[in-house]
Amino acid sequence: MTDAVRAIPGPKPDPETQAYWDAANAGRLLVRSCNGCGRTHHYPRSICPFCFSEDTQWNEASGEGTIYSFSVMRRANPPYALAFVTLAEGPTMMTNIVDCDLDALRIGQKVRVTFQQTDTGYRTPVFTPL
Amino acid sequence: MSVKGKAYLAGVYEHPIRKADGKSLAQLHAEVALGALRDAGLTKDDVDGYFCAGDVSGWEGPGTGPFSIIDYMGLRLRYLDTTESWGSAYVVHVMHAVEAIAAGKCSVALVTLAGRPRAMGANTGTSVTQKGLDASEAQFELPYGPNVINLYAMSAMRHMHQYGTTSEQLAWIKVAASHHAQHNPHALLRDVVTVEDVLASPMIADPLHRLDCCVITDGGGALIIVSPEVARTLNKPLVTLRGSGYAPKHTMGGDIDVTYSGAVWSGPRAFEEAGVTPADIKYASIYDSFTITVLITLEDLGFCAKGEGGRFVQDGNLISGVGRLPFNTDGGGLCNNHPSNRGGMTKVIEAVRQLRGEAHPAVQVKNCDLALVHGTGGALPTRHGSATLILERE
Repeated sequence: MTDAVRAIPGPKPDPETQAYWDAANAGRLLVRSCNGCGRTHHYPRSICPFCFSEDTQWNEASGEGTIYSFSVMRRANPPYALAFVTLAEGPTMMTNIVDCDLDALRIGQKVRVTFQQTDTGYRTPVFTPL
Repeated sequence: MSVKGKAYLAGVYEHPIRKADGKSLAQLHAEVALGALRDAGLTKDDVDGYFCAGDVSGWEGPGTGPFSIIDYMGLRLRYLDTTESWGSAYVVHVMHAVEAIAAGKCSVALVTLAGRPRAMGANTGTSVTQKGLDASEAQFELPYGPNVINLYAMSAMRHMHQYGTTSEQLAWIKVAASHHAQHNPHALLRDVVTVEDVLASPMIADPLHRLDCCVITDGGGALIIVSPEVARTLNKPLVTLRGSGYAPKHTMGGDIDVTYSGAVWSGPRAFEEAGVTPADIKYASIYDSFTITVLITLEDLGFCAKGEGGRFVQDGNLISGVGRLPFNTDGGGLCNNHPSNRGGMTKVIEAVRQLRGEAHPAVQVKNCDLALVHGTGGALPTRHGSATLILERE
């Protein structure tokens, strides 16, 4: 491992997503669910991307998921793992896998959410192996 | 309804330059336009339709996009189409130009692509994309460091997990491209490489090595597409569009599957319109931003079953004169040229060369009367536009 730290470009919340980032700063992962079709989607929208219902709401996710795919960016200093994690609630989200042995990551691995500081002051949800 | 015979690809030109330090962007557009007009036997004054993508005047450059370039070239138009579809834009422009000509909107359509990322010192492949910072999805992606390589790498990683695809099989795609590029004097990379060479090249983003990635080049290319009336006055082989399809794919509200592309929708539409099957295709230009792009596209277009791509591409099956499906006989984006990080233009150009019998003799496919062109613009696992053309020489 190296001592270099990857600068993380922080999110720029908009009115539609402010609650998501406020929750992340409080250590909670929110997902957006639809009362029309009953499905949960990601990234969160006011209007459901599946059935176009306007009747959507925030729910707190369990924070548990499974690695769907990943890639370790070897040409970066330090290397980092970009990943898609499938949440227990259904949708798959882009994220990083952190606090782990990058050479031991595998698809199907169980992971849990944690939060990482960024350069806009917001913390962003990332995952670590269980 | 097929557009077959409603318009013809009468002129093609690929700029021979691969690093354009001494040229302006507008100059490159004009140079490729001139090259394609000369190839067709037409002049600028004949052009009445122009087709380009959103990066036409450069992402960072001043100016008013398409109008800046139209102004520079002094075009007088009655039709303009600025469809953006990233690297697949120039494949889409063929469809749109043919449709516009068939509808009587124009009779001589010019399509241009130009770019100079190398001259500008772009570190395109490994830097995190900064375009579209204000897009809705950006705040949910950019903090995680996605770039074009590690995104496509996640498709490769999942494909390997799900179907047993190997790095050796992916490497065969680069090997085939390099066998073709050795005959192209303008190709950026002309050395034949082996599977072992690909696997020994530095790992960029697991599981993609440096030699799994396309080149970054300056330059560009242009097409001239004309009405049947104009085509009859020209002394060129008659290359027409027989069928086409276009479809975007996105993150599906989080219902993500990175092992297939929009080609699963664009391909069947193109084959249906053309009334042919993958078995009828003599030559294929397949967008090759990365080796995995080719493998997944071939599956999605039906050249083999889903998950069988690794076995399909291995052992030289994509090498002209050796395998069943000669592909990217100019060396493709993997070895020859990927101007402005947009490979759709050169895919169309090499297919037209093959259909005319004007490819290099060492890679020319015998009796090549039916070719497929496929463009993948954007990122395979997130958002991209897939465009398929089936071209025929009458």
